[in-house]
Amino acid sequence: MKTERILTVLSSALILSAATVSNAAARDQVQVAGSSTVLPYAKIVAENFGETFPKFKTPVVESGGSSAGLKEFCKGVGSDTIDVANSSRAIKQSEVEACKANGVDEIIEVKIGYDGIVFATDIDGPNLAIEPIDLYKALAAKIVVGGTLVDNPNKTWDEVNPAFPKWDIAAYIPGEKHGTREVFEEKVLKIGCESAGGLEARLAAGMAKKDAERDCMAVRKDGRAVDIDGDYTETLARIEANKTGLGVFGLSFYGNNADKLKVATVGGIVPSTETIASGQYPVSRPLYFYVKKAHIGVIPGLKEYVEYFTSDEMVGPDSPLADYGLVAAPDEEREATRQNVMDGKIM
Amino acid sequence: MTDSSASNSRQKRDFGLKRRYAAERRFRLFGQAAIGVGLFFLAALLFTVFSKGYTAFGQTSLNLDITFDAQLIDKNNARATDPDVLLTPNYAVLARDALAMKLGLGKLSSKDRKLVDGIISNGTKVQLRDMVMANPAIIGTTQNIWILAEADIDSANKGQIDLSVDEKRRKVSDRQLEWMAQLKADGTLAQRFNFGLFRNGASSRPEMAGLGAAMIGSLYMMLIVLVLALPIGVAASIYLEEFAPKNRFTDIIEVNINNLAAVPSIVFGLLGLALFINFAGLPRSASLVGGLVLTLMTLPTIIIATRAALKAVPPSIRSAALGIGASRMQMVFHHVLPLAAPGVLTGTIIGLAQALGETAPLLLIGMVAFITDAPVTPLDPATALPVQIFMWANEAERAFVERTSGAIIVLLMFLAVMNITAILLRKHFERRW
Repeated sequence: MKTERILTVLSSALILSAATVSNAAARDQVQVAGSSTVLPYAKIVAENFGETFPKFKTPVVESGGSSAGLKEFCKGVGSDTIDVANSSRAIKQSEVEACKANGVDEIIEVKIGYDGIVFATDIDGPNLAIEPIDLYKALAAKIVVGGTLVDNPNKTWDEVNPAFPKWDIAAYIPGEKHGTREVFEEKVLKIGCESAGGLEARLAAGMAKKDAERDCMAVRKDGRAVDIDGDYTETLARIEANKTGLGVFGLSFYGNNADKLKVATVGGIVPSTETIASGQYPVSRPLYFYVKKAHIGVIPGLKEYVEYFTSDEMVGPDSPLADYGLVAAPDEEREATRQNVMDGKIM
Repeated sequence: MTDSSASNSRQKRDFGLKRRYAAERRFRLFGQAAIGVGLFFLAALLFTVFSKGYTAFGQTSLNLDITFDAQLIDKNNARATDPDVLLTPNYAVLARDALAMKLGLGKLSSKDRKLVDGIISNGTKVQLRDMVMANPAIIGTTQNIWILAEADIDSANKGQIDLSVDEKRRKVSDRQLEWMAQLKADGTLAQRFNFGLFRNGASSRPEMAGLGAAMIGSLYMMLIVLVLALPIGVAASIYLEEFAPKNRFTDIIEVNINNLAAVPSIVFGLLGLALFINFAGLPRSASLVGGLVLTLMTLPTIIIATRAALKAVPPSIRSAALGIGASRMQMVFHHVLPLAAPGVLTGTIIGLAQALGETAPLLLIGMVAFITDAPVTPLDPATALPVQIFMWANEAERAFVERTSGAIIVLLMFLAVMNITAILLRKHFERRW
């Protein structure tokens, strides 16, 4: 019967197509995943790589966050796993061990440069000169008042520092899943806590050093410090809605939106690629990517991609990445990175 | 006595009538208010998307006479023996020289050179290289071609950059603005329809970024969903509705199908990662895997719609078919299914439209990715329309704001076309009993 035949043909076609598909060929394209901070840089490199080396396909760059990328990276060796993980922080010991457990024991670490973290208000806001201690006093969960630790009582910025405007405290800081948050805690809150005497007070209260440091970095939860789990575009939208808010941004994002934002100095230093490269501006961090050595020579284009990424043409001081906002590493450091890549030096 | 009791009861009835009328008026008012709120938000959404996005369909371009200087491209005249020498020259210089000439600038200082380069898209060098590679005969000639302007120039031209702020704070300098005015006056710089938006893949340069790769990815996924979900879904519903015995077991299946229709789509993504990528070894980021995941997600929708359509066919049709000696299979395929077809089609198209707008399950199977090359087969890395919107929404550059809204407009158009098709098909084939 006609319908029966149609059904038979259809179902056998389905089974056939499923069978041919499962013999998928090996990959001929580099696959990258990881940090959303490194993503724009990796995209520029991938695109230029595809144009410069027409014989290789353009690498595929996934976003999703440093931790998610490293987790995917550590799943194992083989063409069904990714080749490169972008990360806005150094790989953790626990992650190295997880990698090892799955057979990924040869990892090449590549530092691509530095990224600055800036504090900015609406373009019509005042010129702010921020010290870490101010941000600590404004945003920490507990601060020292009159020698004792109390829940943060500050409601407006001028209570923190009389030089600041009488604005309600509203700060939009990166959420806890972001690598940027860690830098903010380490380089701003912790230092502010020490200089405000918060650390001493905690130690005096009988806390162990590690606990005291962790407690120092706790952010107030009464709604004045708002965690932003999305990207910087969301932070920018919050600042546009609340003209007296303070936002935390990456330097490259600020550079692209300097007509809407006014950046604050930290420790009297204006953030710029120069001041970050020289180390004067305190809030910065290195950016990395990690490569599976076992995939080099197996996945076409991987070696060339890594070499191209580390070349001065891409990460030098006068390169497309630097134009976008990456702070180039010093000359010797870049040279050392290139040497490591050449030698295939593993961690 | 009889009179007064009658008027008494009428009074009582009148009182109730008034209250019930008032209740009805209130209910109508609530209903209208609910629709009003819905319409207001829809209008607000469409207004913001269209007002921000319509500019994405035009792109600022430059019309230049570019001289393909043989000295620069192929100094040693080696292209006949080794065509690869044409890959490496710095083609960007050709466009820069042409623009500098148009602007009447002589020898460029290094500062001016940077400013002139800042007007021309970074992708121009690839455009020129591809022209030369395709037809080496143009070396040594002068060609009149359109090239793209840098994204920041495009944004400034469209009035999206606040030019009142200090020069240092914006990406376009006063000098460049002067040049722009000059080029605009002599017709070199103009807005042209943005074909690249539909042709190009993703790009880190906003002016070159397009939906092409994403549209092909979406198309592949829709085809896979259609080819897999429609036959499987229809076969399952026919069996459940017409052949399966009604017992506890089929009840459980029915409850499960209804439940599956409400499962968050990210769960299907997790399933796809475990089943298709980790277990079956299919490639990451491939539209095949995306299509399979979306098939799983769409199946319950199609099954539910098909069963409803089959149920709506009156039993008299079945009895009549069986009565003149048709087998049950003949009854289903000759009479019931054709009558239920409009409902099945509507359900399928609505299921497809739902799948077209899905991003969450694609995140886990690696399709939320930066992909410049358009996929050729369903096994190549691909992305999808809503994913491209999501990725553009997170970009720092100003020029991506309009593109995000532009891409939303394109997606809305696709959805509207699909839903209108569903309505028309239903109208055309529907039979009332």
